[in-house]
Amino acid sequence: MLIDPVTLIVALITISTPVLLAATGELVVEKSGVLNLGVEGMMIMGAVCGFIAANETGSPTLAFLAGMAGGAALSVIFGVLTQFLMSNQVASGLALTLFGIGLAALLGVNYPGQPVPEVAKPFPEAMRQIEVIGPIAFSHDLVTYMAIALVGTVWYLLRATRAGLILRAVGESHDAAHALGYKVVRIRFMAILFGGACAGLGGAFLSVVYVENWVQGMTAGAGWIALALVVFASWKPWRVLFGAWLFGGIAALQLRLQVAEIGVPVALLDASPYLVTIVVLVVMSSDRARSALNAPAALGKTFHAGT
Amino acid sequence: MATTGPMIATRFGRETFKPTKPETLQRGHSMKTVTRLLAGAALATGLAAGGAMAQDDPFQVGFIYVGPIGDYGWTWTHDQGRLAVEEAFGDSVETVFAEEVPEGPDAERRITQMILNGADMIFTTSFGYGEATNAVAAQFPDVYFEHATGYLREHENVSTYSARFYQGRAVIGHIAGHMTESNIVGYIASYPIPEVIRGINSAFLHAREVNPDVEFRVVWAYTWFDPAVEGDAAQALIDAGADVIMQHTDSTTPQSVAQDAGNVYTFGQASDMIQFAPAPRISSIIDNWGPYYVRRVAEAMEGTWEQSDTWEGMSEGMVLVGEMTDAIPEDVRASATALMESMQAGEYHPFTGPINRQDGTAWLADGEIADDGTLAGMNFYVEGITGDIPN
Repeated sequence: MLIDPVTLIVALITISTPVLLAATGELVVEKSGVLNLGVEGMMIMGAVCGFIAANETGSPTLAFLAGMAGGAALSVIFGVLTQFLMSNQVASGLALTLFGIGLAALLGVNYPGQPVPEVAKPFPEAMRQIEVIGPIAFSHDLVTYMAIALVGTVWYLLRATRAGLILRAVGESHDAAHALGYKVVRIRFMAILFGGACAGLGGAFLSVVYVENWVQGMTAGAGWIALALVVFASWKPWRVLFGAWLFGGIAALQLRLQVAEIGVPVALLDASPYLVTIVVLVVMSSDRARSALNAPAALGKTFHAGT
Repeated sequence: MATTGPMIATRFGRETFKPTKPETLQRGHSMKTVTRLLAGAALATGLAAGGAMAQDDPFQVGFIYVGPIGDYGWTWTHDQGRLAVEEAFGDSVETVFAEEVPEGPDAERRITQMILNGADMIFTTSFGYGEATNAVAAQFPDVYFEHATGYLREHENVSTYSARFYQGRAVIGHIAGHMTESNIVGYIASYPIPEVIRGINSAFLHAREVNPDVEFRVVWAYTWFDPAVEGDAAQALIDAGADVIMQHTDSTTPQSVAQDAGNVYTFGQASDMIQFAPAPRISSIIDNWGPYYVRRVAEAMEGTWEQSDTWEGMSEGMVLVGEMTDAIPEDVRASATALMESMQAGEYHPFTGPINRQDGTAWLADGEIADDGTLAGMNFYVEGITGDIPN
């Protein structure tokens, strides 16, 4: 039995959506020079807030807004800790993940198995029925299209606008940006909020659209994959999209290879996204000049205006 | 119980068994010495339970869960068992639980922590806790351990228990064989361990029995609980033409994926998953742990607890089949019910020969019934299943 490439592509685009959103948000955060390891926590907060809103209001729009708000609210804690109280970013991010998972479990305690509204697809049924193109291009949820559009927007903003230039300047050298009069802390704080909202939307997509249920720990490491993806993509937006589809494609493909009873070692395929990330890291670090070009120079460094 | 025994234990218990927080660390140590003394006098660990009984504070029972109690599947059913214990004993028993404990070294730490906080009895409710359970049991001979679906009983104070889920799988396999129109049944498996392989074999045999053209497609998800991966697996099976999906993983995502796909039937796993009835969920296998938990806790409190390897099924009520919905034709419901009742009455065994192994060699002769030893270690597919079991 052969694998149908059309359903494979449809599946990988759907599978990769939450991770793509979270990774794009994290890319902006890291471009501003902040390393937020709390993606997993923000995603799961988005998942629970989105699910609660969907269940209570019956409105998918409000659900996605609530998901974004949930992720962003959690990122405020990280922002205050790292930008105003100058805490260590790695430790704060890890703590944020632990806190987010626990808080989400607490908030969602009465919600597993509750009904959520069906989310309407943006394109009409007739378009989805078109051979090959229909399922691949028109069968997805609005959030999936938004995620792809977001990648393009972020790419354009970072590359071609003044705001993007300022954000990158802050991420490359906060002292220089500060000397030029840019509000480093304020810019970074906004980037952190943006990252939180993106991760939250990814989580809400997972709970409201994909799984249609709230269960504790449902993000199951997607936030960590998003973090790996940013490094894999060497902080380039389109490569984040490529990486998300590659990782999603491997996940979708390995299941289909099993169904087709093709003898491929499952464990190896499962591990392959991580192996690829390690390989990319090795390649990147082998060339100092190149890695210096890609990684924001001030990534993870604490900024203090007085020094 | 010998009259001298409890008195000795009680005396020790009074002196050394004060579970105030700073001394809890010592408790395990001193009881170990006590037990060693008692063991020297050829008295079993049951006496230490007498010591535990002598306390005024409640008997504490701890549960280690692999998933969240809100999974509406495996862990949820174990937690229903915990609630049954609370209900049965009221104030004399206190229960504690830890959710989402990873299978592996961390489980050892979590179990130990629970005991240091005062647990007298521990239920570890997933296959992968076997080594951790036995390692901790060696350190705390006065604590009772019950390990679900396991086989390791390296110490006197470790029992194992499981349910004959394969009986339930025979019933849903029978239904699946009737219901599939594409003749492809999808099966989301967790890990390639005997319990899961047994389930696949049982479901397949009973599907083939009523539908000679049926084929099974098995996906190994390598997880007990990961809503997204389980959903992906269900989608992959549906894309490959499966119109009936069975799962040996714990979340409800395969049900909602099937619901979205339409014309795909599913079965509740571990719990009823009735929220997806009448379709896609057309029936379910329900694990019913409560009676066993209540019985074992009572035995531990009375000091009559003994090491055992329990494997109960439909006739004891540990495995139930959930309501068959109207989506199933009436005659199929009737034949499935008859199959279920024959197992409840103990008249029928799902693994009754003639059955060949996948490679065509004979396993069971005509009328021969599989022995529990072979079933417990089952690592082969039966004839007719096309895939390979991963290593």
